[in-house]
Amino acid sequence: MSGLRILVCVKRVPAPGAQITLTPDARAVDARNLAFTTSPHEECAVEAALQLVEAHGGDITVLTVGPPEAEEQLRFSVSVGVQHAVLVSNDEMAAGDDPDPQATARTIADTVRTLEAEGDPFDVLLFGNESADSGGFQVGVRVARMLGIPIVNGIKGIDLADGVLTARREGDAGFEVYRMALPAAVGVKEGINLPRYPTLPGRLRSKKAEVRSIASTTEPGGLTMVRFATPTVELSETVLLGAGASAAAAVVDLLGELGLA
Amino acid sequence: MSGVPFVVIDHDRGVVGDDTRQALAFARACFPELPIAAVVIGGEQPEPIAGADSTFHIRHAALDDYAPEAWGDALHELAVAQSPSAIVATGTERGNEVLAHVAAIADQPFAANVIEAAPGDPPGTPWRIRRLRWGGSLLEDARLDATLPILSCALHVFPNVLPNAAPDRDREARPGAAVVEFVPNLGPDAGRTRIVDRVQVAEGITLTTAPVVVSGGRGVGSEEGFAAIEALAELLGAAVGCSRVVTNQGWRPHADQVGQTGKRVAPDLYIACGISGAIQHWVGMQAAKNVLAINTDPDAPMVTKADYAVIGDLHEIVPAIVDEIRRRRG
Ligand SMILES: Cc1cc2nc3c(=O)[nH]c(=O)nc-3n(C[C@H](O)[C@H](O)[C@H](O)COP(=O)(O)OP(=O)(O)OC[C@H]3O[C@@H](n4cnc5c(N)ncnc54)[C@H](O)[C@@H]3O)c2cc1C
Ligand SMILES: Nc1ncnc2c1ncn2[C@@H]1O[C@H](COP(=O)(O)O)[C@@H](O)[C@H]1O
Repeated sequence: MSGLRILVCVKRVPAPGAQITLTPDARAVDARNLAFTTSPHEECAVEAALQLVEAHGGDITVLTVGPPEAEEQLRFSVSVGVQHAVLVSNDEMAAGDDPDPQATARTIADTVRTLEAEGDPFDVLLFGNESADSGGFQVGVRVARMLGIPIVNGIKGIDLADGVLTARREGDAGFEVYRMALPAAVGVKEGINLPRYPTLPGRLRSKKAEVRSIASTTEPGGLTMVRFATPTVELSETVLLGAGASAAAAVVDLLGELGLA
Repeated sequence: MSGVPFVVIDHDRGVVGDDTRQALAFARACFPELPIAAVVIGGEQPEPIAGADSTFHIRHAALDDYAPEAWGDALHELAVAQSPSAIVATGTERGNEVLAHVAAIADQPFAANVIEAAPGDPPGTPWRIRRLRWGGSLLEDARLDATLPILSCALHVFPNVLPNAAPDRDREARPGAAVVEFVPNLGPDAGRTRIVDRVQVAEGITLTTAPVVVSGGRGVGSEEGFAAIEALAELLGAAVGCSRVVTNQGWRPHADQVGQTGKRVAPDLYIACGISGAIQHWVGMQAAKNVLAINTDPDAPMVTKADYAVIGDLHEIVPAIVDEIRRRRG
């Protein structure tokens, strides 16, 4: 094999702090004062791709279906070492809505076919276990099914040897091991690795990198968001046990009352 | 689709997980009038599943151990044969994965982590559902427009108790409601994703079952800073947890992380040291019966949301608590 060709699918999501605020029509998270990030599981998928390429050679394409601003997350991936970036906009994304997972998966599968028609097929497709915002647990599975390649979700360890990918998944009392011949897809979970930070040259490179833009139209799927709501949180009055080290006695009293010390 | 709703039974080599009952309760809530069919994929012939009105067992050599694609293929074949009015499972890792496969094969929508659902009325019209997003920090009301509705219920929302029988049937009068066997025609690729090996890892006190969790955040400041937290945990028979900042800094392994992309904990007491209380952390420990926040900032969300708080530097407070416990124990 002359190096791996890897595709990583990432999603741009807001990074809310202590609470989520909605827009007045409750159809979106009010992100005016929020930073955006890549879903954590997918940051780890990018790192997993980098490690695979370090060990086996090859190159990485990062792909997102999202608004034009999602370029920021693609450039971040380039800054840590990814070679190619592709931004796909579909109709719902352009309208500012989070697209239905069926539509997202169709869009990704179509784009993979386009990219593969131009060059070599991908050996490994990496997804997050679930997107941070929508948490649909399905886009990766749908894409793999559409492309006819195997996929396992929830993966916290990847090894590759002789064209066979070994994946580990956390079970109740240890790890389950799966083995797939390439091409194969994996849904990655945070904890599989510790994503690296961009280097200064990486940052400079990412500013100049070309982000390829592809427009796509797909049929909408059958899960339609109507509105969001924030859950009610039961808050108790906070009992202040004191300040500083002198509060230790009150803490230990509390532990006693709760039957814990 | 007109047949009985399917509930996919989450099991590992025949051992049924308790969480699977939540899907039975969920199906019963969605379909108060209909009998419910449990579906056991793979393994030896099971006992009839308590709480369901009938049990299908899908038998095939490729299904003996968990195999996400083959489980999805097999379930889809049974659905084609039986036309269930819906397929539901508990939103465990496997539950969501198998449903995603069925949905992908059937090109049907799939709603994960649902907490409320009303089937279309009249049948055939879209369902109205409410589901969790952001790991539970946000709710989504949605329409599910499907010929085969596929839904997982969010973990620990529906009760873990056996649902009542549909009103028109008398459970006692149906001794051992027979297990109906179904043998699918799985294709040659069916076994390509399956568990080929298991690696056991010995664990001591686990984060998810410990009665007390002592957790540290950015305020702990370093890997070494966790020594005092470990000492306190040791005295209390507690597990050590942490925030994502801590794992990202490499101070603790990810296995210790609590939150949306970490573990969910529900201890009697959660002691949050130097953790601000970001919503992605809060969803991981909101089920704790009591929360004690130790923080320099009296306005930190963790402090205002906690049941108890101590304001100040954790580097002074945690060792003082350790000393006080030791002193009282003599
Ligand atoms: C999609 C997504 C998923 C995420 N998943 C998770 C997750 O699973 N788990 C998680 O934890 N986070 C998660 N996060 C990150 C989360 O948003 C916060 O960034 C993180 O929880 C903050 O960690 P922290 O509280 O340790 O740090 P900070 O927010 O920096 O808070 C530090 C706190 O320590 C206090 N402090 C500082 N010094 C001291 C001292 N000496 N003594 C006492 N108190 C002190 C400060 O007052 C402050 O309140 C996620 C984020 C995103 C976007
Ligand atoms: N808009 C998107 N663009 C690119 N990848 C996506 C998108 N949405 C979901 N994915 C990928 O699919 C995985 C599962 O998403 P979900 O089904 O929404 O939980 C994510 O972790 C991503 O890797």
